[in-house]
Amino acid sequence: MNNRLPSDARETGAQMTDFAMQASTTREAPVADRAQALKQFALSDKTFYWLTRVSAVSVLLLLGGIIISLTVGAWPAIQHFGLSFLTTQRWAPQIEPAPILGGLGPIYGTLVSSIIAMLIAVPVGLGIAIFLTELCPAWLRRPFGIAIELLAGIPSIIYGMWGFFVLAPFLADHFQPLLIATFEGVPVLGAIFGGPPSYLSLFNASVVLAIMILPFITAISRDVFMTVPPVLKESAYGIGCTTWEVVRSVVIPYTRVGVIGGVMLALGRALGETMAVTFIIGNSFRIQDSIFAPGTTISAAIASEFAESGGLHQSALFFLGLLLFVLTFFVLACARIMLMRLERQKGT
Amino acid sequence: MQLKTVFRSALVAGMAMVASVSVNAQDITGAGATFPFPIYAKWADAYKKESGVGMNYQSIGSGAGVKQIMSKTVVFGATDAPLTADQLDKAGLVQWPQVMGALVAIVNIDGVKQAEMVFDGPTLADIYLGKIKTWNDPIIAKLNPNVKLPNAAITVVRRSDGSGTTFVWTNYLSEVSPDWKSKVGVGTAVEWPVGVGARGNEGVAGNVGQTRNSIGYVEFAYAKQANLTYTLLKNGTGQTLRPMKETFQAAAANADWAKAPGYRIILTNQPGEKSWPITAATFILMHKQPTDAGQARRALDFFTWAFEKGDAMAEELDFIPMPDSVVKLIKQTWAKDIQTK
Repeated sequence: MNNRLPSDARETGAQMTDFAMQASTTREAPVADRAQALKQFALSDKTFYWLTRVSAVSVLLLLGGIIISLTVGAWPAIQHFGLSFLTTQRWAPQIEPAPILGGLGPIYGTLVSSIIAMLIAVPVGLGIAIFLTELCPAWLRRPFGIAIELLAGIPSIIYGMWGFFVLAPFLADHFQPLLIATFEGVPVLGAIFGGPPSYLSLFNASVVLAIMILPFITAISRDVFMTVPPVLKESAYGIGCTTWEVVRSVVIPYTRVGVIGGVMLALGRALGETMAVTFIIGNSFRIQDSIFAPGTTISAAIASEFAESGGLHQSALFFLGLLLFVLTFFVLACARIMLMRLERQKGT
Repeated sequence: MQLKTVFRSALVAGMAMVASVSVNAQDITGAGATFPFPIYAKWADAYKKESGVGMNYQSIGSGAGVKQIMSKTVVFGATDAPLTADQLDKAGLVQWPQVMGALVAIVNIDGVKQAEMVFDGPTLADIYLGKIKTWNDPIIAKLNPNVKLPNAAITVVRRSDGSGTTFVWTNYLSEVSPDWKSKVGVGTAVEWPVGVGARGNEGVAGNVGQTRNSIGYVEFAYAKQANLTYTLLKNGTGQTLRPMKETFQAAAANADWAKAPGYRIILTNQPGEKSWPITAATFILMHKQPTDAGQARRALDFFTWAFEKGDAMAEELDFIPMPDSVVKLIKQTWAKDIQTK
């Protein structure tokens, strides 16, 4: 670092070291010793600088390496199927000599399951965070907060098992029939919530996903809600605002950026979640109107089929992996752009 | 976040590519099909006690097993879907059947008991094609005059992972239904017209156990041990059969092994009144010119021992030993094709 400092600062630094040296050694210390010590400082500084730099660069190398190896693995499929991979719904690895494979089913399943999960988890998660920061009695806050954090610590396979043995039967026996009966005969909605009820379905997987991402949204929103200066809220209460009005007009606008960050983090997790989804989504590549029908996601498809795949089939799975990579990157990029735009709006 | 996602996929890839864990140099290494894993593990245990030579078998799936033996990271590979003579020649491999098993259809319908319902091949194919949609369909009712069938939609359960079990199942459906053959075909993973996919035999069993009015297919050994509601099956001659050792062995006995190159016989829909129609052998693959002759010799010693002394253990686990006549043929093949010197 020394070499980067302006010259007068460097001088002061040298003088300071000088003093330190004088304090610890005798006055008659030869000048050569001092120069050597200084050289040592410079060396350790440089080493530290390069160590951190290498660590930082290694992340980029790793990222680049993963992208390259995914692309190499996917290349035969990219060449063979081209862009039609994105629009083909058929997934027929058994056809000889060349299988017909399309990624539309998994892509659709990934997007739809994540969207439904977000529709459920965002309002509920924000609700919990608001309750915890604004309404909850102080003694209940800690246990509540810890419970939410524990929820985030549960391994996804546990969610899968619980979803399979407990949640899916409940949804299929009680919740789905209710929705099916309610929307029967209604155009569009009747098809989306069409029967028969199913234990393994896109909807059930979405509900489990929603529960899995809930703690992310809650924990992050709670933390950013806490950063709102009390004086702002107090003045709002002071002029007679209700809690709802304070939350809507003071807390949320103040913390918008942080909340969106948390939501995007959750969305990223929902897009890539594998094990729990594989358990309950039904692993069917066909796209069906009803969300109560089985579907699949990109990560579930890869997890299910990779071990027994070969040739173009395996390459197509790599292609799917690459698409998930791009999709997640795209979502994060969108989040960044949105945040930047919000910042700018706040500035004007 | 994107890193995390990719790491997960990489993990999955890693699981499939795990080569051989470092083991005692004396130990025989093998990898492949999950279906014969219980019996291979049992044999390995008993053989280690007797001879001191261990056998380390990784049940990573048939497809992965074939890849492993081709890249020579293991001494033998195991697969449920046999390779063709062409494939064997190209890779310089020898193939033989080691032990047999059978598939059964399992159901979950209120009031239906074990070994009560009867199916035939075309009906199963139509159910898996989505042509027969409800349990009280006249075709099912005609096969089961004494069973009270509900007016409920059939939930079809099948494997989501690529699997030798699926290969045998789709092979059978192709044999009995031209419609299945032209629309879907045979494979370890196929384009399923209907149904939900579950992972592994236990996944299918779990799903059928969990879902009312569902049907699935599993290995008989699995169905028996887990006490699932398995069904009877009409074979090509019109006989209604129970899944059991005698009907499985009848299927193997009627096959003409001597004429099949690489012993490539899939024992579905075999002739004979007593032949269970969805029987299958599981195969072992070894190099004709192994890189380590000592290892290959030890592996063959193990398989010889298994053929000679492993029958009772296989039957305990509801696997079916290969008939003696076939074992004789296999030993000739070894002597002729595998260089162990």
